Amino acid sequence: MKKISFILNGEKRFIHVEPNEILLDVLRDRMGTKSPKCGCDSGDCGACTVMLNSKTARSCMIFAIETDGQEIVTLEGISKSGLTPLQKIFLEQNVFQCGYCAPGMILSATELLGKNPHPSRYEVQEALAGNLCRCTGYTPIIDAVLELTKKQV
Amino acid sequence: MTKDRNNHHESAAYHVTGTAVYIDDIPVSSDALTGKVFFSQVPHAEIRSFDLREAKKVKGVFAVLSAKDIPGINNMGPVVHDEPVLAEVSVQCIGQAMFLIAADSEASAEEASGKIKVKFREKKAILTLEEAMKQGKPMYPARFIISGDVESALKRADHVIGGEFHTGGQEHWYLETHAALCVPGEGDEMRVYASSQHPSETQTLVAEVLSVPKNVVEVEVKRMGGGFGGKETQGNHIAIWAALLAKTTRQPVKIRLCRDDDQKYTGKRHPFLIRYQAGFSKEGILNALDVDLNSNAGYATDLSRAILERAMFHAENAYFIPNIRIKGTVWKTNQPSNTAFRGFGGPQGIAAIENIIDRIARRLGLCSAEIRRRNFYGARSRNKTPYGQIVKHNHLPLIYDKLLVSSQYLKRKNEIDAFNKKNEFFKKGIALSPVKFGISFTTSFLNQAGALVHLYTDGTILVNHGGTEMGQGLHTKIRRIAAKEFGAAIDKVVVNATNTSRIPNTSATAASSGTDMNGMAVKDAIRQIKAGILPIVADHFNLKFGKPKTRLTDLVFSEDHVIDDRHKERKITLREAANLAYLQRVSLSAVGFYKTPGVFFDWNTGKGHPFYYFAFGMAVTEVLVDTLTGAVKILRADILHDVGDSIEPLIDRGQIEGGYIQGVGWCTTEELRWDEKGNLLTHSPDTYKIPTAADIPDVFNVELLKDHPNPGTIHHSKAVGEPPFMLGISCWLAIKYAISASANHRKEPELNIPATNEAILFALEKLKSK
Ligand code: FES
Ligand code: FES
Repeated sequence: MKKISFILNGEKRFIHVEPNEILLDVLRDRMGTKSPKCGCDSGDCGACTVMLNSKTARSCMIFAIETDGQEIVTLEGISKSGLTPLQKIFLEQNVFQCGYCAPGMILSATELLGKNPHPSRYEVQEALAGNLCRCTGYTPIIDAVLELTKKQV
Repeated sequence: MTKDRNNHHESAAYHVTGTAVYIDDIPVSSDALTGKVFFSQVPHAEIRSFDLREAKKVKGVFAVLSAKDIPGINNMGPVVHDEPVLAEVSVQCIGQAMFLIAADSEASAEEASGKIKVKFREKKAILTLEEAMKQGKPMYPARFIISGDVESALKRADHVIGGEFHTGGQEHWYLETHAALCVPGEGDEMRVYASSQHPSETQTLVAEVLSVPKNVVEVEVKRMGGGFGGKETQGNHIAIWAALLAKTTRQPVKIRLCRDDDQKYTGKRHPFLIRYQAGFSKEGILNALDVDLNSNAGYATDLSRAILERAMFHAENAYFIPNIRIKGTVWKTNQPSNTAFRGFGGPQGIAAIENIIDRIARRLGLCSAEIRRRNFYGARSRNKTPYGQIVKHNHLPLIYDKLLVSSQYLKRKNEIDAFNKKNEFFKKGIALSPVKFGISFTTSFLNQAGALVHLYTDGTILVNHGGTEMGQGLHTKIRRIAAKEFGAAIDKVVVNATNTSRIPNTSATAASSGTDMNGMAVKDAIRQIKAGILPIVADHFNLKFGKPKTRLTDLVFSEDHVIDDRHKERKITLREAANLAYLQRVSLSAVGFYKTPGVFFDWNTGKGHPFYYFAFGMAVTEVLVDTLTGAVKILRADILHDVGDSIEPLIDRGQIEGGYIQGVGWCTTEELRWDEKGNLLTHSPDTYKIPTAADIPDVFNVELLKDHPNPGTIHHSKAVGEPPFMLGISCWLAIKYAISASANHRKEPELNIPATNEAILFALEKLKSK
């Protein structure tokens, strides 16, 4: 057991962790942040995506102990002061079906738009290619991202 | 929640904030245990002995169970009792459940699992469909649908082709793996939170296995993180295992399969081997088809028979074939039991006939789209299916005409042919394929649904119905239907979690029939509530306004009010109306019921009327194939699909787009491979490739067929869940066209499903050496 601290969604949190505890499990089972989902446990589906020091990361592939002193943002943190324009357009255009991929998908798209406010369709596809969705066929998600960037010229 | 236009998914606001609750998100008490399943690692063996003593000693372990500990029936087979909850004397596939562990942590459960000792005597295992067929012992006697005289028609035909065609299995890859949480209550009570498309069946089986009556088992399904048929029967398994552990430990138990286990040990789409002979005229008219469908059921029956039957009902797809013999056989192998998957056998049957049509076109050197058109079911003649049902309201010719124009099919085909002449290493392909999909459960008694609707005195409405939400938007459509029937605003309606205590004895949410059936049941319930309110409101108006009198038939429910249609000033809000009725002691709650009329089938004759109606759609797909690597890029896809009057166009579009892409995945990259011992090699997303955002068409035009209301269904809509899946076959046909272009369309490429990059390269190589 080791005591670590990190900033989770803007709040400093202290926790004792075993060296082999996975960040995804710690976030979900011990911190009450349930938005990151487990889709594969192996870094391939993107459902567990969180922002680690402002970059997307697969929380199923990270030991909690590694995040000592770092900053983590989940979808709960993103939504803290109301829906972002991206969330709003995803809502309005009804892009998700079962919604299980949504938290990861939203974080990946948020990261993309932060880096590149006017991505091409291809760039959106590439940015989201690590987030698997079995329901939608991706088109509505990509279209919504692109429409948002058009709105924000 | 948001009170906006509300044309989105009823859970959308929860989806986009990450607050939608799936099984693994349900808060549990601190005494909740983790359940774990010990799966067989050998495909076929007798269990000589086992030793659980060491496992039971592990710290944190509360229970280790074997078949002996099952209080009730050791069966979880939904139709046939051939699927043990826990293996007793033998194991019949890798992944068959043998023991259950409940522990206070995943780690303890894992440790205990490692300490279980089993001695097997291994037996010969049948690990492929071909091997099963060679042994010659089908799981059930073959079924037949016969029409006309296929033998003599084959003899008379100008041309005859024959061959063998394989379609591979498919892993569901719902993002949420199988999961269940069971909470024991007083006495025998068991509350089951399941990720199940069929809560009533989950309830039945849990009750049978625990040896308790059904009325103490309550199954609730809030939502699934995807189902696609994978949770139609097999969601039951996880719930049963968790319930057994919860009953034994008297503590809540949650089981969630990790992705690898889910993928390795749960059932998939049935692989098929199809043998055929087709006879056709010089003009490409298909007059005779002898088709033999064989499916790999895995080790247990599950839904294999119904799935095979649906494949048989779709073996002619959109085409009138006067002389036809459809034979269907289910074969047993030592693999996990295959199960429902979107399309339910339809894709396999349809892919086979589409491949045949494609071959006819190539043989005659004619355009395959034109051959399709010539063979479509007719409007007044040539409209009887092999099983005797007439194809009514046939939109195939109409959709064909429209799509040919909107997709610029002929122009693009010419351009593609020109491109292919100029390019040696890159080849393009284009293909059109139709779907005609029968809507209804082919097991006729399943076509029933129930609802329970409450109107509260604040004017809000709570709808319960028997269908489950797996992302397909059923609850969203039901909400729309209820709002419309009550003339209420959308945000006045909430659709409750599916619960067996509220709606009993339901059918699975499957066969695309969720909205059709539950929507009608909801409508029936609302009709009764309205009938109770009407006299109260009429009396109220007549007391207040005197003559002329408000008649019951004058009253309408609209815009959150009850209004006298002839005297518009006479109106009260739905809330006031509900209150009046309440004060008059009139019930504001009603049970609704629906059964689909006129569906039946007799397997003794192979004839009947299995479907309430048909859904139609068509797609044109264009691909680019790199002939050096086998890589495929989808350049464009155009779809025109018939959903009747759409209840929620955004939801319907989503089903079409998602279904098509899932179909494309089945036809192209999704490959299941086993080693010679029966281990699935492609058991995680790094080896089993479902489509990603980078794999979708560059241009994707999806249109709903307008102005063709469907008679006799809820708000004139049509089912949409499964049919678009089969439109993905157009992508496979386009790939085949591109391959065939490398030999100037003079030779028939050998291509099966899936057309992986590797398979494409092999097909190209073979074509060269042919
Ligand atoms: S759960 Fe982490 S990438 Fe899939
Ligand atoms: S909406 Fe179901 S996985 Fe994306």
